[in-house]
Amino acid sequence: MITKSNLYRKEKIYGYLFILPPILGLLIFTLFPFVYSLYGSFTDWDGLGQMNFIGLDNFKDLFTDELFYKSMYNTLFLMLGIPIGLLLALLLALGLNRKIPGTTTFRVIYYIPVISSLAAVSIMWNWAYNGDYGLVNQFLELFGIKGPNWLMDKDTVKPALILMTVWKGLGYTMLLYLAALQSVSRSYYEAAELDGASGFQMFRNITWPMVKPVTFFLVVTNIIGGSQIFTEMNIMTPTGGPEYSSASIVFYIWDKAFKNLQMGYASAMAMILGIFIFIVTLIQFKMNEKSSFDGD
Amino acid sequence: MSHSQRTKVTNIIIFIALAIGAIAMIAPLLWMLSTSVKEKQDVFALPPVWIPEVFQFSKYKEIWEAGPLLSGIKNSVIVAVSVTVVGTFTSSVAAFAFAKLRFPHKNKLFLLLIASMMIPYPTVMIPQFMMFSKLGWVDTLLPLIVPGLFGNVVMIFFLRQYLLSVPDAIIEAAKIDGSSYFRLYSSITFPLIKPAVAAQLILWFMGIWNDYLAPIIYLNSPETQTLQLVIANFNATYAIQTDYPLIMAASIVALLPVLIIFLIFQKQIIESVAISGVKG
Repeated sequence: MITKSNLYRKEKIYGYLFILPPILGLLIFTLFPFVYSLYGSFTDWDGLGQMNFIGLDNFKDLFTDELFYKSMYNTLFLMLGIPIGLLLALLLALGLNRKIPGTTTFRVIYYIPVISSLAAVSIMWNWAYNGDYGLVNQFLELFGIKGPNWLMDKDTVKPALILMTVWKGLGYTMLLYLAALQSVSRSYYEAAELDGASGFQMFRNITWPMVKPVTFFLVVTNIIGGSQIFTEMNIMTPTGGPEYSSASIVFYIWDKAFKNLQMGYASAMAMILGIFIFIVTLIQFKMNEKSSFDGD
Repeated sequence: MSHSQRTKVTNIIIFIALAIGAIAMIAPLLWMLSTSVKEKQDVFALPPVWIPEVFQFSKYKEIWEAGPLLSGIKNSVIVAVSVTVVGTFTSSVAAFAFAKLRFPHKNKLFLLLIASMMIPYPTVMIPQFMMFSKLGWVDTLLPLIVPGLFGNVVMIFFLRQYLLSVPDAIIEAAKIDGSSYFRLYSSITFPLIKPAVAAQLILWFMGIWNDYLAPIIYLNSPETQTLQLVIANFNATYAIQTDYPLIMAASIVALLPVLIIFLIFQKQIIESVAISGVKG
């Protein structure tokens, strides 16, 4: 006979059994390495010999490491693409939210760069930015502008990377905005129209507040993603660009850890990156809590 | 102008703007395609030649000899298929347990899993590398495969949300009937969440197929490299010889599988992305 407590005991066992793989995976591949990395950041770990505890020396060294500052600065600079991308994507989504023909086709076309392999599109943009016969400069030539050798010049390499990242991510951002816009009830606009509200007033008082949670979500996820940018520079500027002006923080970590075997030093940087992402995520959680208390 | 006329004019203007934008979005990719079928001298022609006079498909033959492209594809398929198939199974079973079974500390464990998403890959990649290197797995596909077999937190989260909307009554009834827990998952809940599983699986597949950072850390020898590394090496090797048609042809081959999957499943993929994003 199946008794109730018997049933529950069985359910408990199966419950744990079913969640065992991801929990084990978490322990082995995330938590353990994380703790190890934290410890490693206080050592002179080179990946081969033994690890000597050196306290905060790695972090102290970082403060005077010009390349660390540079790669931090570069990473943050590249995030200028985030507001540009959000603005463009919102405009696109507003356009696509109207009753015009071909919206599905547009959605697909704008989304193709998103699903394309970053390695392949980095190769393509690398070529497009070529100073002599790249697509970008050939286009500029139509207007009589002589373009620079984008990736070879420390002043243009970052804008070039920003343009590329905006291009790559635009479809995704647009899609999320479009989904948010489509969930806004038509009746708000109809009521506003009866009240004689202008298009801009409607945008400011209805659309913008309604897409605010999506904007916030996108800002946070874009910052988290942007702080981990790597593939683009690894392929387009394999040495870190002119005067290291396109190296990102992950690029520098990778370079230190796997090329110079300064695992301890690289771990210290990885920790700083981890703390940065932790703070950004924490802000997101706090804001989410707040917005659910606001009652919307 | 009347109101409806004005709307019409606005719509036409917006349509044109969207079309110009769409051309700008797709132009670099078309340029890539066009370059791959060009003669070498056309590549450097000014003004640019978009449609070459003669289509040269020879590069699409050459690429298979010029580098380990075929083994790159094979390696990428091995990694992506084994991870997504096994990982989807473990993820969906775990999502079922988190959504429908009762056991102590369930929500705490779920929260722990979700919280782990805050730890980005770059912060754990160094110890992970040392761990796999101790096991002698460097320069094999195992470091790329094994972690994925344990499941994917994003997928678990998404499927759990989906399962919460499935009424408990169906499952309770089956439980009383003495159905095994695995059968509850396989014959009752899994069929219900199949579309969500499929969309998540495809997105995950694309993510692995396009991954670059983990492969570049682990794989050195040409014969173990995944497709993305192979084409990156094509770029490094053949750019010096300015053989851009060859590089572009190889890149097109790397893009094609995912592009085809996307075009077939674009409706489900786009919906799935939109839902997961808007829910935050």
